[in-house]
Amino acid sequence: MAYDKFTTLTSTAYPLPIENVDTDQIIPARFLKATERVDFDTNFFRDWRYNQDGTPKADFPLNKEMYAGSKILVGGRNFGSGSSREHAAWSVYDFGLRCVISSAFADIFKNNCLNVGVLPVQVSAKFADMLFDAIMADPKTEIEVDLPNQKVTLLTTGASESFDINTYKKDNMLNGFDDIDYLKNIEEEIVEFAKTRPF
Amino acid sequence: MAKTLFDKVWDSHVVRSIKDGPDVFFIDRHFIHEVTSPVAFLGLESRNNSVLYPERTFATADHNTPTMNQHLPVEDPLSANQLNALEKNAAKYGISHWGLGDENNGIVHVIGPENGITLPGSTIVCGDSHTSTHGAFGAIAFGIGTSEVEMVLSTQCIMQPKPKKMRINVVGKLGLGVTPKDVALYIIAKQTTSGATGYFVEYAGEVFEDMSMEGRMTVCNLSIEMGARGGMIAPDAKTYEYLKGRSQTPKGADWDKAMNYWQTLYTEEDAVFDEEFTYEASDIEPMITYGTNPGMGMGVTKSIPTAESLEGGIETYRKSLGYMAFSEGDSMIGKPIDFVFLGSCTNGRIEDFRAFCSIVEGRKKADTVTAWLVPGSHKVVDQIKAEGLDKIILDAGFVLREPGCSACLAMNDDKIPAGKLSVSTSNRNFEGRQGPGSRTLLASPLVAAASAVEGVVTDPRTLMAS
Repeated sequence: MAYDKFTTLTSTAYPLPIENVDTDQIIPARFLKATERVDFDTNFFRDWRYNQDGTPKADFPLNKEMYAGSKILVGGRNFGSGSSREHAAWSVYDFGLRCVISSAFADIFKNNCLNVGVLPVQVSAKFADMLFDAIMADPKTEIEVDLPNQKVTLLTTGASESFDINTYKKDNMLNGFDDIDYLKNIEEEIVEFAKTRPF
Repeated sequence: MAKTLFDKVWDSHVVRSIKDGPDVFFIDRHFIHEVTSPVAFLGLESRNNSVLYPERTFATADHNTPTMNQHLPVEDPLSANQLNALEKNAAKYGISHWGLGDENNGIVHVIGPENGITLPGSTIVCGDSHTSTHGAFGAIAFGIGTSEVEMVLSTQCIMQPKPKKMRINVVGKLGLGVTPKDVALYIIAKQTTSGATGYFVEYAGEVFEDMSMEGRMTVCNLSIEMGARGGMIAPDAKTYEYLKGRSQTPKGADWDKAMNYWQTLYTEEDAVFDEEFTYEASDIEPMITYGTNPGMGMGVTKSIPTAESLEGGIETYRKSLGYMAFSEGDSMIGKPIDFVFLGSCTNGRIEDFRAFCSIVEGRKKADTVTAWLVPGSHKVVDQIKAEGLDKIILDAGFVLREPGCSACLAMNDDKIPAGKLSVSTSNRNFEGRQGPGSRTLLASPLVAAASAVEGVVTDPRTLMAS
């Protein structure tokens, strides 16, 4: 699944300061019936974004004009808990986001994001709170996510924090590679290994 | 260095380790279903790859399937389209496919063990987070995304950093009416939905040793709900007895060889875990959830905690209770319910139907309750009939439906309407999980049965004692 390379991203951000946002909220199960990966932005946060009659909920951050076009989402603790559905990560990407910042991510969601070109940036709870405060105070607040230097900076104050990502995944994101490229290159080694498995 | 069960299984599947990166991790068994596989097959084709080991992948239809009239064409065109795509892809690449109507069909995590595909010491993945179920057999099993489904199809490997290790011990004996589901919901309430994030859990202690294989599957199934990548339990005599003679298990000399290997699968005494917790079985009572994540659970006789008594996230907590239309301090006992759901990969096995029937036998379903009883597979249906449980179910005013994921995630026709309250034996009570606007209380088959006959949330012990 090809995606655009990720180097340094500077953008305003959508704030979503709710804990334990699960994948069923990010994309409800009834929208998982596609057999192709197209248009997953339409139902991104469907039930939080729209009323039952299809009108947008004005107070939901993703609907607020002042944040429109942001490429970063700052989410609450334990973001992406629940299902392994990669559709959740696709909908983040298709909505136009390239980075989610949170003080904690669920494992499978984080992994899925990395596989589809969305950078999950884990920061301290204190730094996340500072980002929320800054965005709420001024929606034009810009955040810089510098993948080569593994650093996230609040541009208005210059406050920054470093984040972790393993070297392999970082190289993939920087170059737009994915795991299949790597695995296909070592297929002979895999085939030899498979012969040693008892069942 | 002394090894844990997890170390032994993980380390024996590493094809190569990447410095400061993931392991190239070999997968023995891969389950696919109609929802998370179609895009993986498209990816495979767009790269001109093929399926490297089709015999290691098994396909079943479950998430989208109706649970009534399965002999008729599937009405929802989108569901039918996904089911057709799975059938077509399986046929094209020579993958075993147990589609709708096949005698082996059922929920992926029910049919894997049932057919002996799930084996101790193996690695199992599926594009479904409840793949952790298979850890009950001493396998490393976990959910993956669609990109990884494509990786496994084309290379039989995924790339994963090795998780940290946690051991959870539950010691002592469980009380009356306390089931494996309650043990799991108790642990999740203690750990919260993120307590085990980054870890792989081994369950140990008397309670798990005493537990049936079905019970162990229920506990391992729910490991993901505390954020763990998966959970596992060391194989023992009970495991081997369950597996022997199943259609896909090794036979004859291969069985003996496998047994020799399986008996090495235990955590050595000096092995060290990154985290360890011990809980007392006697502290666990039948559980029920009251909020919108599986960590928001409590003993069925308790009252909903106040926001101030919990750590952090008061706004999120109040949003959650607001969605459920509950208040801090509410008692759950006696709350009128609209729906009961018995089934899912958590509680759709024969033992769950036995437990449900032990309560409803000789009683009647409350008129105000709609109940959906959905076996996890055709084999479970057959067993229900062989044991005469179908008669008990019918006499008590219930109907037995056909196998599938059903109202666990409402991708099919079984949806709880907005605002309605459901006691569900499934695994998630997220907002809208059982249908937009639906409200879910997670509980054991015993709590579900007692609530189904009383029409209100009921402590099953009051019916068991009488």
